[in-house]
Amino acid sequence: MDNIAGKKSSLTWAVHISVVVLVALWLFPTVGLFVSSFRTGDQISSSGWWQSLSTQESQLSPIRIEGDETATGDAFVIEGTLISGDTTVSAWGTSSREPNAYEPGETVDLGDGQTLTVNDDSTYVLTGPETFEGTRLPRVFMTASSPPVWTVENYGTVLFTGTAAAGIGQAFLNTLTVSIPATIIPILIAAFAAYALAWMEFPGRALLVATVVGLLVVPLQLALIPLLQIHNTIGIGKGYLGVWLAHTGFGLPLAIYLLRNYMVGLPRDIIENAKVDGASDFQIFVKIILPLSFPALASFAIFQFLWTWNDLLVALVFLGADDDSLVLTGRLVNLLGSRGGDWEILATSAFVSIAVPLVVFFSMQRYLVRGLLAGSVK
Amino acid sequence: MHPAILGLITIVIGVGGCIGYFWFSNVILDRVFFPPSGPNAGRNINRANAIRPWLFMGPAILALGLYLAYPVVATFLLSFQTRVPGGGSEFVGLDNYVQMIGEAKFREAIFNNMLWLIIVPAASTAFGLLAAQLTDRISWGSFAKSLIFMPMAISFVGASVIWKLIYDARPAGSDQIGVLNAIWVAFGGEPQQWLTISPWNSLLLMVVLIWIQTGFAMVILSAALRGIPEETVEAAIVDGASPWQIFFRIKVPQIMPTIVVVWTTITLVVLKVFDIVLAMTNGQWETQVLANYMYDKLFRAFDWGVGSAAAMTIMLLVSPILVWNVINARKEMR
Repeated sequence: MDNIAGKKSSLTWAVHISVVVLVALWLFPTVGLFVSSFRTGDQISSSGWWQSLSTQESQLSPIRIEGDETATGDAFVIEGTLISGDTTVSAWGTSSREPNAYEPGETVDLGDGQTLTVNDDSTYVLTGPETFEGTRLPRVFMTASSPPVWTVENYGTVLFTGTAAAGIGQAFLNTLTVSIPATIIPILIAAFAAYALAWMEFPGRALLVATVVGLLVVPLQLALIPLLQIHNTIGIGKGYLGVWLAHTGFGLPLAIYLLRNYMVGLPRDIIENAKVDGASDFQIFVKIILPLSFPALASFAIFQFLWTWNDLLVALVFLGADDDSLVLTGRLVNLLGSRGGDWEILATSAFVSIAVPLVVFFSMQRYLVRGLLAGSVK
Repeated sequence: MHPAILGLITIVIGVGGCIGYFWFSNVILDRVFFPPSGPNAGRNINRANAIRPWLFMGPAILALGLYLAYPVVATFLLSFQTRVPGGGSEFVGLDNYVQMIGEAKFREAIFNNMLWLIIVPAASTAFGLLAAQLTDRISWGSFAKSLIFMPMAISFVGASVIWKLIYDARPAGSDQIGVLNAIWVAFGGEPQQWLTISPWNSLLLMVVLIWIQTGFAMVILSAALRGIPEETVEAAIVDGASPWQIFFRIKVPQIMPTIVVVWTTITLVVLKVFDIVLAMTNGQWETQVLANYMYDKLFRAFDWGVGSAAAMTIMLLVSPILVWNVINARKEMR
């Protein structure tokens, strides 16, 4: 196929390049967040994350020399290192007007017989004819290049220091508590209903299928107030039970629709043979249909898990916005408002919140794609 | 008790309860009410089979009715009522709708929603089609696809944080940490607070959703493209069609039904978009959309009447798609 007319192989490289560009564009935002979550707050706010991958030359904030002097013969000397770490000084100075006046290794006369030398590894020697005690020591301005520095400290701060930093650890647990029951409960309910709609004959079946298809697109925004009223009336109020029930209700149309479409496609022979052999509907469902429908069950489970994990609205409304009950998405929204400038906290928290869905996504992508195709293309 | 333990117990009770319900109701139906034996065996089997579907669907019908069908009716009624101080509510006719339409914020939300409805599905579908067509032709296409598809797994709020970093602005003179401003400054511009500049800010919010939805469009359209019969393409090549003609005249018309499905699915997502706006601008600087307007009314102003009226507006916009879906589903059933 590749060599026939109309498919020019000379264009292939253009396709490759286009795809590379497209993938890079789509990946770039996420990579930015990921890289930022391993940088310190100072680093994030002083340079773009894309610069952090290479060695950076930057103007450092001034450092005032401090240290104990030693008397050698007729001179007093202070020696030391200005910055620790793997840094190379490319220029330095002693006044803010000329921060890059001198080369590293140069010895400079500061007046009153004092001299200062700053080497490229940021060690310095300050000498003077008289004792430095009681005098203000000079400040050093430096332009230095430092290799990329990475830290995992942000993750420790965000996950384990409680509400003081972000409360992400608690929110993570809350999200897990919301999403796992909200994924499992609808599956069983939907599977039985889907079997009835696919393989049992009864009046009104077509109408029910149409109703499910209609409910598929009902915006859940409509359900908020009436359901809150019901929950308050029957005493559930705001809490996990309410969220689980709500997610179950909202997830059911898709679950029934996906599972029914899949079950209708199962071979009729198997089911009829089983019936002839005397199996009841219940036995057929549990022993034949359920195991055969595993791919569809997995598809829906992934959908529902991603949806409940990533949901903000349902959790806000039915669980509440208290510090103890906020889920990850709600916590992130609060952080965006209150600590919008603390990118190290924000980026790390956001990455914690998207890590689990990403793992699920990449490990179960096959089922997700299959579910998408079954759910929207006929 | 810790909620996680409560969750575990709920899973056990929920799953056990479901299984128990289905099993016991079957046993009772078969053993107690209509045993398939004795003088009326035949009639009993028929009766049991008439009731069984409803046992199987019982919990689902209950949940669907209570959590989706009833709220539509209840919200519809609420939108004609207003709460009176001291509890209770009274019927006010169309007052809520009149008040809502009179609000500048509502008209702004409607206007923005229309922009979202035009731009996001169009851009997502176009990019998705492009990505599908390109990745289908190369050896590492499936790897490229899964990377473009990845944002689908990221929550709207997570995506908002990701993009807010891109739109971030620092004062002029210092290093820009947001890519957009870094590029802008590199071309000689002054750093801008992008999210406060109307109408570009709405567009920048849309970019987030387009970024998420393109993967979805790509996956569906790529499957449709692969389903095109080879003969049609080969025939076109034999007739001397150019690659452009093959794509737009042969391939696109054949996958048109799928394009429509993708378009409507994304339209539904757009109508409900709430998280992105709430997280990035909260509707300020003329970026309000319907879903966030409704949330404002319901849970910040506690004006259930107008909030419900806004919810009904969303329902109204969704209903053409609803009707269309139902008609299609009925066609397939026959």
